[in-house]
Amino acid sequence: MAKTLEEINQKIRRGQVVVVTAEEMVDVVAEKGPKKAAQEIDVVTTGTFGAMCSSGMMMNLGHSKPRIKLGGGQVLLNRVPAYAGLAAVDVYLGATALPDEDPRNAVFPGEFRYGGAHVIEDLVAGRQVLLEATTYGTDCYPRRSISTWVTLKEINEAYLFNPRNSYQNYNVAVNRSDRTIYTYMGALKARLGSANYCSAGQLSPLLNDPVYRTAGIGTRIFLGGGIGYVAWQGTQHSPAVKRNEKGVPMGGAGTLAVAGDLKQMNPRWLRGASFRGYGTTLMVGLGLPIPVLDEEIAAQTGVSDADIQASVIDYSKTYPNREPDVIARVTYAQLKSGSIEVEGKTIPTTPLSSYPLAREVAGTLKDWIADGKFELTGAVAPIPGPDSGMMVGPMPDHAPDKAE
Amino acid sequence: MKVSHKVVLHFPPVVVEQPVVYHLARDYELAFNILKAQISPQEDGLMVIELSGEDSDFQRASDYLAKQGIRVQPLQQDIRRNDERCVHCGACVGVCPSEALVLERPSMQVIFRAEDCVACGECVPTCPVRAMELHF
Repeated sequence: MAKTLEEINQKIRRGQVVVVTAEEMVDVVAEKGPKKAAQEIDVVTTGTFGAMCSSGMMMNLGHSKPRIKLGGGQVLLNRVPAYAGLAAVDVYLGATALPDEDPRNAVFPGEFRYGGAHVIEDLVAGRQVLLEATTYGTDCYPRRSISTWVTLKEINEAYLFNPRNSYQNYNVAVNRSDRTIYTYMGALKARLGSANYCSAGQLSPLLNDPVYRTAGIGTRIFLGGGIGYVAWQGTQHSPAVKRNEKGVPMGGAGTLAVAGDLKQMNPRWLRGASFRGYGTTLMVGLGLPIPVLDEEIAAQTGVSDADIQASVIDYSKTYPNREPDVIARVTYAQLKSGSIEVEGKTIPTTPLSSYPLAREVAGTLKDWIADGKFELTGAVAPIPGPDSGMMVGPMPDHAPDKAE
Repeated sequence: MKVSHKVVLHFPPVVVEQPVVYHLARDYELAFNILKAQISPQEDGLMVIELSGEDSDFQRASDYLAKQGIRVQPLQQDIRRNDERCVHCGACVGVCPSEALVLERPSMQVIFRAEDCVACGECVPTCPVRAMELHF
């Protein structure tokens, strides 16, 4: 007998909901089987905390006196360029934006100490941020420059609008070359000296929702310490990636675009981060609550680290040259043991996303639901699933001076 | 009793030209392992060194160093992790050469063992949220 979302929400309101984290669900399904688990468990919470580069904040700064038209001008927030191609005081700040003065990789590997993500963290933490702008004047917006401190409380809107978060699985990065390389997967030691991975594995939102029965447009989530919603599929959403016998993708597959009001978020879950030799990014805490509507969902949320494979890829040559070679496939259980065996070599493994904080996200969401503070929403429209055949494609390559 | 200490030696410029480490080994029978040395003529020098030997010899060697005007500081005080900033992502574990930063399983928390740190400094720029601090 399948449950409905409304039945589950009624149990939440009555304080009678049975909610577990995805880590706890592994044991429930292993002991009792998916059928009994589906009867007993109402909600499974998932969580992840890791670097999500395609993140940013949409702001309305409020109008100055006299008015200024930032749209079409240049805007800096703590010296970091923000996007001003919208209405007069609507500005978007992305996580990877860097001050013009940042030397980047001029002295290699660069440190990238402060970027858009750090501005976002500063704002969420209640700190002042310096807005500086120059632009052209119009009759209705005569002012041409401005410089003022702003805080999150004082501006009209500030919402996270992240075009790509919550990657469903990701690569394991290794380095075949003879020198250390610095990538978004961290520093990788030469000659297969280290293997870095980035996923919460059995706690990960979309690895527990492999074909997006739960995550769709309008699904309510834990985001940055507050409430957020899935807004759209994320960029590079690639549901038709190869999957194992349990339907779990073996490489990076689905992604989510998410949004939420920054004013109710917490800097514990939104951190500016610097990756040496690579750039800045925002570390985001995100959790998807999954209603256990039937046996299929129970089985899917019971997935364990041993059931999820990732693809080991060389980041010195294969990845930069967009070649398809996969060196090996390993499970997250193997990765989390501390080392993997590849080509007869024992390679030490290092995570990049925080499993302890992922656990805390799932645990916090579980408490909110158990306390009746968080009700689940169904998606108003789905995001494309594996049956859509959707696969990420390359950038068009029609250089203007090339004869075709 | 045999002891082993990792210490940071701060040398005033005039002492930099004396073979201090040679005297520590020959006169005080301390085995040494130099972990880091920043010595330039006419400038303050800095050396991170591990010294092993009899406790009594170590004490006498410390007096000798003090008489030379060399400031001795235990290494532990210089490497710190800001626990409020650390997110336990694990990135530092991959670059630590002396297993001072390790992952505890199954909690997957990052543990920092200051006594194993050799102050190589790799964790400082590697930590994405700048939780590792080196103070000399």
